Amino acid sequence: MKSRSLYIGAILCIVVVFGALISFVWTPFDITLMDIPNKLQTPSAVHWFGTDHFGRDIFSMIMIGARTSLAVALVAVGIGMGIGVPLGLWAAARTGGWTDEIIMRSNDLIFAFPSLVIAILITAVFGASAVNAIIAIGIFNIPVFARLTRGSALSLWEREFILAARVSGKNAIRVSVEHILPNVMNLLIVQGTIQFSLGILAEAGLSYVGLGAQPPVPSWGRMLADAQTMVSLAPHLALIPGFAIVISVLGLNLLGDGLRDLFDPRIRVERT
Amino acid sequence: MTVIPRKLAFASALALAAGIGSAQAAQTDITVALQLEPPHLDPTSAAAGAIDSVLYSNVFEGLTRFMADGSVVPGLAKEWDISEDGLTYTFHLHEDVAFHDGTEMDAEDVKFSLDRARAEDSVNAQKALFTGIADVEVVDPLTVRVTLSEPDGSFLFNMAWGDAVIVAPESIEGIKNNPVGTGAFKFADWVQGDKIDLVRNEDYWGDAPALEEATFKFISDPTAAFAAVMAEDVDAFVGFPAPENLPQFDADPRFTVLRGSSEGETILSINNKLQPLDDLKVRKAIAHAINREAIIDGAMFGLGTPIGTHFAPHHPDYVDLTHLSQYDPELSKELLAEAGYPDGFKTTLKLPPPSYARRGGEIVAAQLRAIGIETEISNLEWAQWLEQVFRGKDFGLTIISHTEPFDIGIYARPDYYFQYDNPEFREVMDTLQRTTDPEARSELLAQAQTIIAEDYVNGYLFQLAFPTVANAKIEGLWENAPTQATDLTGVRWTD
Amino acid sequence: MIRYVLKRTLSLVISLAVASVVIFLVIEVAPGDPAAFMLGLNAQPDTVAALRTELGLDMSNPERYLAWVGGMLTGDFGTSYTYRTPVGEMIADRLWVSLPLALYALALSTLIAFPAGIYAAARRGKPGDMAVMGATQLGVAVPNFWFAMMLVLILSINLRWFSAGGFPGWEVGIFPAMKALTLPAIALALPQAAILARVMRSSLIDILGEDFMRTARAKGLTRRQALWRHGVRNALIPVLTIMGLQFSFLLAGGIIIEQVFFLPGLGRLIFQAISARDLIVVESVVMLLVFSVVLVNFLVDLTYAAVDPRLRNRT
Repeated sequence: MKSRSLYIGAILCIVVVFGALISFVWTPFDITLMDIPNKLQTPSAVHWFGTDHFGRDIFSMIMIGARTSLAVALVAVGIGMGIGVPLGLWAAARTGGWTDEIIMRSNDLIFAFPSLVIAILITAVFGASAVNAIIAIGIFNIPVFARLTRGSALSLWEREFILAARVSGKNAIRVSVEHILPNVMNLLIVQGTIQFSLGILAEAGLSYVGLGAQPPVPSWGRMLADAQTMVSLAPHLALIPGFAIVISVLGLNLLGDGLRDLFDPRIRVERT
Repeated sequence: MTVIPRKLAFASALALAAGIGSAQAAQTDITVALQLEPPHLDPTSAAAGAIDSVLYSNVFEGLTRFMADGSVVPGLAKEWDISEDGLTYTFHLHEDVAFHDGTEMDAEDVKFSLDRARAEDSVNAQKALFTGIADVEVVDPLTVRVTLSEPDGSFLFNMAWGDAVIVAPESIEGIKNNPVGTGAFKFADWVQGDKIDLVRNEDYWGDAPALEEATFKFISDPTAAFAAVMAEDVDAFVGFPAPENLPQFDADPRFTVLRGSSEGETILSINNKLQPLDDLKVRKAIAHAINREAIIDGAMFGLGTPIGTHFAPHHPDYVDLTHLSQYDPELSKELLAEAGYPDGFKTTLKLPPPSYARRGGEIVAAQLRAIGIETEISNLEWAQWLEQVFRGKDFGLTIISHTEPFDIGIYARPDYYFQYDNPEFREVMDTLQRTTDPEARSELLAQAQTIIAEDYVNGYLFQLAFPTVANAKIEGLWENAPTQATDLTGVRWTD
Repeated sequence: MIRYVLKRTLSLVISLAVASVVIFLVIEVAPGDPAAFMLGLNAQPDTVAALRTELGLDMSNPERYLAWVGGMLTGDFGTSYTYRTPVGEMIADRLWVSLPLALYALALSTLIAFPAGIYAAARRGKPGDMAVMGATQLGVAVPNFWFAMMLVLILSINLRWFSAGGFPGWEVGIFPAMKALTLPAIALALPQAAILARVMRSSLIDILGEDFMRTARAKGLTRRQALWRHGVRNALIPVLTIMGLQFSFLLAGGIIIEQVFFLPGLGRLIFQAISARDLIVVESVVMLLVFSVVLVNFLVDLTYAAVDPRLRNRT
């Protein structure tokens, strides 16, 4: 079962990533060209997934849309890790002190904000764009990584090899970077995979309400929003981008679970 | 406990069964869906067309009123005299007109309403309609004399707007949540976020409407709109938001589809002061790069009439100028090269929320890309659009439907957001303002339409359609939308 | 314990104070003038200025912040700019939709997740477990708004079993009202049920490995008896924590679902208010949501501390 999740997850992820990468050099059709007389065609040998309301090839749009989803989610996870992990390490090194208290309370505070509402606010203030979607999703990744890092770092600080490093004269920063970080890395990778999948879902949600990547850049969430009124006319318009989202998220989750089992089955992952 | 004799009970059951089978009295209640909910219920202090969509002619009436065909007929004023110099209008009001709270409607109320709209601290969204009024004078309880500072050929037209309805000083305080008018229907209840209920005004001064109760339901989401009509949760949807679904209603005998037209000239607005769009050649190139048919087909699923200038095609004075901006991308490229942009340029395209703008914008962007003009699309909410585009004039291109009736006058305002500044055009409009002779007016309007078309001020796309989907048994709904209104006074069920 | 409660209460108050400042600042810098929005395209500048004065928008920011917070403390949430009705009443009206929807979804999610999680734990590693876990993987991966669209497509548009949106109001009776909330509740509940079932399963598996479970077995209880008498009860603590968090999520997370089904709930209110720049409504609704999350966390912490005294010394 362990290896099966890993394999299925890896295969699904590879398919999505591969599709996204190929789209840089080749797509079946040029999606910047509209072909309005051929709109809303059902899947056929020419258009494998049919055409949308502007007559654009949906297969090509799904390929390029994968790029948007992956890029947004990846950068958002990067922001979360890049800020959250150092904060978590710092808090753990200063446990019980006011730094720890402030960091953890700010984390709780960010957690307390309804993430979607804040994302909507951010885009309302700064305008809707992929970049602002990344920031909105990234902010909510910070406390996840900060908490996780602090939690596992705290137990490491009690361990003997850390005490030994401290005795040998290394300061807290060096200990954190050289000894704590490598030991929480596996955990971070697993959590990172999960956050990546949540990022894809979040990006889809934001794009769906019109706050993600702007046209003409295709995005799965906006494809769903565009399809909404045509769902009774041409169901494939709504089905296909939905499947694309499910496959990517499923792939990443399975990959995450598989990696966790591979590294250490006792690792717990936050998923809310 | 009353014991009903078995025979009698049987008889009444029979009668009941018979009643169901035979022709029932026609239904007297209706549920009409609209896309937008009014923010509040005072038509004289907000631009929201949604307020008029519920209240115009139903709850509130003005001195004059619009009919379904756009003509202006007497309203609360049964007749009027106009002085020789065109400066004084004497309105004679209908007798025995009462507001819904029982107070009488008389000349004092008319004076109050007009003075309130033109006052210094007025928050009327169409204050310009009233600025020509110099004085309002009560002659007797049923006669009002309005003096203008200069003759105005469209004064009676202006008085028909929803922003010019007659309100009473007694009820003005609570008007935003409890509108008190003189119309055939009284306001009953408002469940915010959901619906507004109206009931028949039994003391109405005019012809009693067939309907006893009317509910306006607000459904902004196009999918929910489709489903609500399909499930017959609503009896009619006025201004149906998803043109792509209309063929499905056409095919269904339960429904009738009215494909009316609105007063909305949908245009690709161009910032006439922004480089390189300030160059006539560049604007002409844009106009020729646009394929209107593709936009109407792709964005509106075929619904909409192409326009070549800023004027409604159903208006008798409309001049078809679409030939000035035929789709001709080769000519566009030549024009761009002549203007000094052989490789095109980059500009912004800022789009407000309606689907005509969002979808139309994507198509326009693709068409402009074909001649080398790259557009950076940003989708804005209304508040952002008003702030950035309309007030800040921070845009290159935008798509917007100008839904006010007869609004070519905006081209005479150099500070208006697209910043068209042409003294010749202003001269024509000034003359028009002072002209009352219909033929001369017609001539001037044709001239005005041609000037803005030849200056390629904006890209003129199409007249926004106004689709209504209704139960096939309903008659009397307005097909067109000469103003934002859902006039229920003539609506009835046919069986 | 009292010290701990005091400490947590203080931190609760500070959190809320900081949150209110952040919310106010973020929302106040949002571009867009509510007065201009209301008056539309043909409005003249002096008209807009008159309306700004009428709405109190010409006060300074600190004044408006203090008026807002002071009002909330006395139960007065202010008056909506666009609707001109008290914000408190509007929120209360919308809560009558959002709260039942969240509770309905939570109930559905629990009804699906508990049996599924317990079943999977009891059959750990067997095909039944794999099937449940596979289903939950799928459940977690499905975007709830897409699931909602599919429900509408199949159950409303094709089969016409449910209306595709709208809410008739509670006054028409419990049954029609609940029926209108059913599809939205299912759409909201499914991904949450998948998460909850996974938590239930793993928590139960942990418990099953504990010493006292072995003791219980040794005392002669069957596997099933031990699972129900000792296992489920002990596994509930982490499950309830997640449920607490999910409830706040469901309350706020209904925003998109409320859009899809056109329900007049908090989500729609906040969307309308943001697009109309009805700042005071946006501020109050966000504050309310933050308050509910912070409060739930606070209660969960206190419950934990009451159950497990060791936690009191940790932060």
